Amino acid sequence: MSKLTDLTITQAREGLTKGDFTARELTQAHIDAMEAHRGLNAFITETPDRALEQADAADVAIKSGDAGAMAGVPIGMKDLFCTEGVLTTAASHILDGFTPPYESTVSANLKKAGAVTLGKTNLDEFAMGSSNETSYYGPVKNPWKKQGDDADMVPGGSSGGSAAAVAGRLAIAATGTDTGGSIRQPAAFTGIVGLKPTYGRCSRYGIVAFASSLDQAGPMTRTVRDAAIMLGAMAGFDPKDSTSANVPVPDFEAALTGDIRGKTVGIPAEYRPDGLNAEVQAVWDKGVQMLKDAGATVVDISLPHTKYALPTYYIVAPAEASSNLARYDGVRFGLRVTDGVRSLDDMYMKTRGEGFGKEVRRRVLIGTYALSAGYYDAYYLKAQKVRTLIAQDFKKAFETCDVILTPTAPSAAFPVGAEVDDPITMYLNDVFTVPTSLAGLPGLSVPVDLDKDGLPMGLQLIGRPFDEETVLQVGDVMEKAAGFTHKPASVGA
Amino acid sequence: MSYVIQGETGDWEVVIGLEVHAQVISEAKLFSGASTKFGAEPNDQVSFVDAGFPGMLPVINEKAVEQAVRTGLGLKAQINHRSVFARKNYFYADLPQGYQISQYELPIVGHGTIILDMPDGSTREVGIERLHLEQDAGKSMHDQHPAKTFVDLNRSGVALMEIVSKPDMRTPEEAGAYLRKLRAILRYLGTCDGNMEEGSMRCDVNVSVRRPDEGFRTRCEIKNVNSVRFVMQAIEYEAKRHVEVYESGGKIEQETRLFDPSKGETRSLRTKENAHDYRYFPDPDLLPLEFDDAFVDGIRATLPELPDEKKQRFISDYGLSPYDATVLVFDKESAAYFEQVAEGRDGKAAANWVTTNLFGALNKLGKDIGESPVSAKQLGQLIDLISDGTLSGRLAKEVFEIMIETGDDPAKIVDERGMKQVTDTGAIEKAVDEVIAANPDKVAEVQGGKEKLLGWFTGQVMKATQGKANPQAVNDVLKKKILG
Amino acid sequence: MSLDNTTVRNIAFLARIDVPEAELPGLADELSAILGFVEQLGEVDTKGVEPMTSVTEMALRWREDAITDGGQQDKVLANAPDAVEGYFTVPKVVE
Repeated sequence: MSKLTDLTITQAREGLTKGDFTARELTQAHIDAMEAHRGLNAFITETPDRALEQADAADVAIKSGDAGAMAGVPIGMKDLFCTEGVLTTAASHILDGFTPPYESTVSANLKKAGAVTLGKTNLDEFAMGSSNETSYYGPVKNPWKKQGDDADMVPGGSSGGSAAAVAGRLAIAATGTDTGGSIRQPAAFTGIVGLKPTYGRCSRYGIVAFASSLDQAGPMTRTVRDAAIMLGAMAGFDPKDSTSANVPVPDFEAALTGDIRGKTVGIPAEYRPDGLNAEVQAVWDKGVQMLKDAGATVVDISLPHTKYALPTYYIVAPAEASSNLARYDGVRFGLRVTDGVRSLDDMYMKTRGEGFGKEVRRRVLIGTYALSAGYYDAYYLKAQKVRTLIAQDFKKAFETCDVILTPTAPSAAFPVGAEVDDPITMYLNDVFTVPTSLAGLPGLSVPVDLDKDGLPMGLQLIGRPFDEETVLQVGDVMEKAAGFTHKPASVGA
Repeated sequence: MSYVIQGETGDWEVVIGLEVHAQVISEAKLFSGASTKFGAEPNDQVSFVDAGFPGMLPVINEKAVEQAVRTGLGLKAQINHRSVFARKNYFYADLPQGYQISQYELPIVGHGTIILDMPDGSTREVGIERLHLEQDAGKSMHDQHPAKTFVDLNRSGVALMEIVSKPDMRTPEEAGAYLRKLRAILRYLGTCDGNMEEGSMRCDVNVSVRRPDEGFRTRCEIKNVNSVRFVMQAIEYEAKRHVEVYESGGKIEQETRLFDPSKGETRSLRTKENAHDYRYFPDPDLLPLEFDDAFVDGIRATLPELPDEKKQRFISDYGLSPYDATVLVFDKESAAYFEQVAEGRDGKAAANWVTTNLFGALNKLGKDIGESPVSAKQLGQLIDLISDGTLSGRLAKEVFEIMIETGDDPAKIVDERGMKQVTDTGAIEKAVDEVIAANPDKVAEVQGGKEKLLGWFTGQVMKATQGKANPQAVNDVLKKKILG
Repeated sequence: MSLDNTTVRNIAFLARIDVPEAELPGLADELSAILGFVEQLGEVDTKGVEPMTSVTEMALRWREDAITDGGQQDKVLANAPDAVEGYFTVPKVVE
């Protein structure tokens, strides 16, 4: 039998049902791994005692035969989900000491499905970043390193802690949130599977908001099948979120038929810009061939407004964020700076000045500017119009294909500190993931190969709204064809 | 009615627009399930949504939508089947989200009208610019602690309708009439209780002045004035201030001001006006608010008769004067009371009793019509006793006084106190004979042509009969006996 | 679009974020670079295009008018840095 920490959700479920091991044993193994790998800085808060309690409850449920889909599965919870009675930080100084008196819908759903929460995973501050270096709690290290190089690599962001925890075998799976690529890009950087569902599929209730029209929670797992299982447990209509879609949650796992004959895969010309990394191109070509071999039809499609997605995103997301983050004012929760404060405005300025890190400050200021008098039409309104065009591009493309295949990220993971001082270079990490976010579509990143340095690379599958099933179905076939079984150095043999 | 400020350099006209914030009558708040009731412990009627906690999301209360549409229909306004909630961003202690969810470019209700009933019986039309839904803020208390302001979020998130008039008013009286009429309509509709003292209806006043026939000049906004009287006072003060500034060669800055009722003055509230940039944008937590004709028609079907229609009906059906009709329709309860009294009786008499005697008595008691010691049925019975000759007008007034004190039926009072008027001619003739006999000189005067003195005789006879004699009968007998 | 220090200071005040004077020039450069990057949107012809209001084609759902929340002063105040007698507090505001 393989190590308990190497198990997938599917395997753990089987072993637990058969009684090969208990949820407590499985959980303890992951708690041990979590403690052994603190150097990755994947968790902001560890909750081993709670985890063991939940594991014991799962063991009881499994014995009595009424176990949920995630019963006894130890997971990491991105520290952007509010968890009742457990410190929730969004990796920001400004939420110092905040213990929510309520539970997010997604984390509550997972709890209901029997999942065991090991702790709260690290992230970019307020989910703003692509390398997990903006966290107040320090950067997360990618479990992967370049071959023959000991330099620490970034795990991607913003769900970098979740990605590192799953890749590094500290958790079987983890939750992520994705606003412009925050699930998919770190999944690609750490060689795991990440799914951003259709906007509205998972409730946003209780998730610290970054950009409300883009934020979406999703699973980060080691297999496509695990992503299907976990999404089923996370998703569902929530009357507490006005943007939650009142659509049935299908049996995503049942969609994994292994047969994609007759499916049409679109390849967008615009995702092949001049200067595209040759290795990325090579992996993409490999993916195309795998899907062809599996019987899918591959067609060229055009998404003409792709190049404007990133600038659109960098208006819309900061604008919404500038407003969403206004509530962090030192009055009702979190940090409050009182030294030398003489007035209310003073308290706001000092609290927010000290409480927000540089990237958050940058985005809040850009967003504030984009919404301010005289600039609204030129920036925000213009961006929302271009966003309509981007969404229309996809709608039109899906008239001729069932799913779209693209690279997930323009490169593999880069060293910690390499891009931190150059916001625009950093933003370019999301060039392939942002269009999907702007259109609210489901996007799945599947690990396909290693680059010449031995770092993982992923491909992205994009689907029609609420058609995660096709995305998962094709992803499952591609995953099997790729046979990605590499493990990061930190895990050992 | 013209209201002109005569300055040293000539006449000035006042231009007034009002923004009324009316608290929607509903059980729960606009975007959360917390209660809207007053008087709870601080921060008790607060959901995490109202307190702007991380990850909390708004979900709209259907009642607020319904009430806004109902109000729009009551204001004969355009109902917008698609409207959009926008965030108004600013920082303040009692604004927990750091923004107020309001409506900006696309409000739920568009242009409408209100007809003002002026004290002289004339009417005047004022345009409604828009009505939109928005969240109330919490409450800051500055006098509880030497160094701190206390914040209570119980009101945070309560649904408000902001009703914006066009700058159509030209006198403080019109502004007063507008507020009274708007309040009456809201109360008829049951969409706002209109209580300005408790803050469930608040008013921001926009005032500017101009030379007759010139365009609008810079206006100042006087925030949160909490009574009709103060609104009128604030306008008078502010208009004079503008005139003085202009006439001394100064310039009016567009700004927000506060009215101080104790001094009767307005003063500047915020100096950093340019620091306000609300950065409105559509709230991404909410989708556009949409409904169909059937929804609006369903509400329309349940609309009550509104003051203007009622007034017209009172004038045409009961023959009331516009003035009486206006007074009676001012609130729903008075109108209903009147209609019950007038049922099967003379409408003018009924109106007279209600507006003069009843309102006068209630005013003295400090009670409203709902607390009247005399029921509509009882007042009707009293009028019946007049028409069937049991009571003279004068006796009826006495009986009414007793009814106000005791709450008894008029018939019971008349019986127990023997207040029935005397119509028996024999008894009247006897009393007349006695008065004639005692005053031969005055009889001669009447006969000599001073017929006005007949009134004096009537008085004497009424006195002798303790007011119970039928005055008409007394008059007839006197004329017959003295003048032949 | 290039932002100067004064503009950045004004935006920072609107956003109520204290920016040390020494950091203004650097921040102005960064923000200007980002604005320069997004300026390419100007190339897109958006005549007659409706701005995106929602990626999902849904109408707003309404909730019933019922009291389902509140009555939790303790929880509402539990995280407050300085709650006094059931109130949140802020430095005194003089109106």
